Amino acid sequence: METRFLELKNITKSFGKVSALDRVNFFIKGEPEIVALIGDNGAGKSTLIKIISGVLQPDSGEIYVKDEKVDHWSVVKARAARIETVYQDRALVVQQTIARNIFMGREKTGFLGFVRGREQSVESDRLMRTIGFTSQVFSSDSVVAKLSGGERGGVAIARAMYFDADLLILDEPTTALSLTESEKVFDFVRKAKEGGTSCIFISHNIYHAYDVAERFIILDRGRVVREIDKEHTTAEQLVRDLQEIAHSGRRPA
Amino acid sequence: MMTPRAKPQRPDLTAPPAKMGEPRQGIVAFIDKNRRALSALLVFAAMMLVFIILGPSTFLNPLIYMAIFRTLPIPIILTSSLVFVIVEGEIDLSFGSIVGLTTWAFAATAVAGWNPFFSMVFALVVGGCTGFLNGVIVTRLGLSSLVSTLGMSFLLRGLIHVGTQGNGISLTFLNDTPFYNASVGSVWGFPVHMIWGLAFAAVAMLLFNYHRFGVHICCVGDNPQSSREMGINVAGVKTLAFIYVGIASGMAGVLSGLNNQMFYPGSGEDLLMPVLAATFVGGTPTWGGVGTVVGAVIGACSVGVIEAGIVAAGVSHLYKNFFYGLIIILAVGGHRLNEPQYRI
Repeated sequence: METRFLELKNITKSFGKVSALDRVNFFIKGEPEIVALIGDNGAGKSTLIKIISGVLQPDSGEIYVKDEKVDHWSVVKARAARIETVYQDRALVVQQTIARNIFMGREKTGFLGFVRGREQSVESDRLMRTIGFTSQVFSSDSVVAKLSGGERGGVAIARAMYFDADLLILDEPTTALSLTESEKVFDFVRKAKEGGTSCIFISHNIYHAYDVAERFIILDRGRVVREIDKEHTTAEQLVRDLQEIAHSGRRPA
Repeated sequence: MMTPRAKPQRPDLTAPPAKMGEPRQGIVAFIDKNRRALSALLVFAAMMLVFIILGPSTFLNPLIYMAIFRTLPIPIILTSSLVFVIVEGEIDLSFGSIVGLTTWAFAATAVAGWNPFFSMVFALVVGGCTGFLNGVIVTRLGLSSLVSTLGMSFLLRGLIHVGTQGNGISLTFLNDTPFYNASVGSVWGFPVHMIWGLAFAAVAMLLFNYHRFGVHICCVGDNPQSSREMGINVAGVKTLAFIYVGIASGMAGVLSGLNNQMFYPGSGEDLLMPVLAATFVGGTPTWGGVGTVVGAVIGACSVGVIEAGIVAAGVSHLYKNFFYGLIIILAVGGHRLNEPQYRI
């Protein structure tokens, strides 16, 4: 069997009495690929993504990176494995500058831990331009609170971009974005894959997801219920699958 | 079912990117970057102007500034460390009692025959440890810092009362020793501890604006959840800020003990309100994420001259607290008008 970049086995997670994930198995291939996580509200998509990125620790289950088991999975270890996350809330600090946001938690420091502000500004400027942020009004020293929603998303993606991720996790990247802005995000995802980065994302728009992803994982109430490659399905089929799963779950009145 | 729609044109990301805006230069950028500190300076300048008009004989005489400089370093040291705790979204109300505790630690060991330098180091360690305790209570036990540091304030003061049985310790035996002269002596009439106070504030300013510690403080206060997601040790950063206030209180304790030539069980009790006021008059807002050390120092100066100003203006001393309050509220109102406009 080929080496898998990331593999989760038997992941279980509950919040109090609510079971969010129940013995979930999940993997990302060694080759770059784009995976879409779909499912109804409360299916456990966000929980799964938070576990992969290390923000939440699973109650039980194992995590393997390149076939090697990793204990005490955390944000730091996920980053060491070159897994970068763009959170739904984008994890921005809006009263700070773009440059501070991009280097947040990983500042470029020199003498005695003092931040190299000039270097960070120049680097942020370059990154924001590569992802197509062309505003004339703002510079990397602008405060994020002055940007629009889509532009703030750009800051979060530029940040993930800087650290040369092998796996990019996008938690509902296009929620609250206009069509053009969403297209920008997915273009970036395709570009990232061409450059050798795998992507996992959550989307509520099946057509969008079908357009971009190569593999679909359908979650329902904490379990993986279906796993389909793009060549074996169509967008319409996916929608039908989702409806079927939603209806089958309804308890008789 | 959705109707088929035309695909929007994809932006060409391979094209040479258009230029982003240049960082603004010169005076506009300077004002924008330092608007809070400048706002504090404006408050101070306006107040001084009024005082000079109302009491020119007092406020144009350098002697009054020498008198104010004798007490000013203590609030300057405390307020420039308190900025860190307020910007990270917490509050510390126990620093007054930590000043008392550290003054006691310094006085008791100095009287016992320690080299005063080691007594000072001991006081700083005691302050740091108390700050660490505050930090642990807030971050590990998850208690509100407003309540827990209020409790700590009473607890420490109680400890001092019990430990000293209400007795003070005279420090006059240190007068005119080299340690005394280097700490609170005078150079051509200028108090040395003012230099120490400004040096402490300068270090705090560098840490706050340019060091990773200060950047993390701002991030944590801005949005702790985001900071956690980006791998910042939120609890650790918060605890460090409490330790910083503890060490600052230790330094303030030693200097105020030497300056008063005496430790008394109420040492530091009267610092709480003026120092808190100085931080907010200095332009640091209450909601966290942003603040200014330079502004806080200016705020300490503003609060420091109010009392002298009221007396010099010929108003009855009974009006003191009234004008104190009025100036604080006007200042904070002024800062509010100066806040930048953001998109929500």
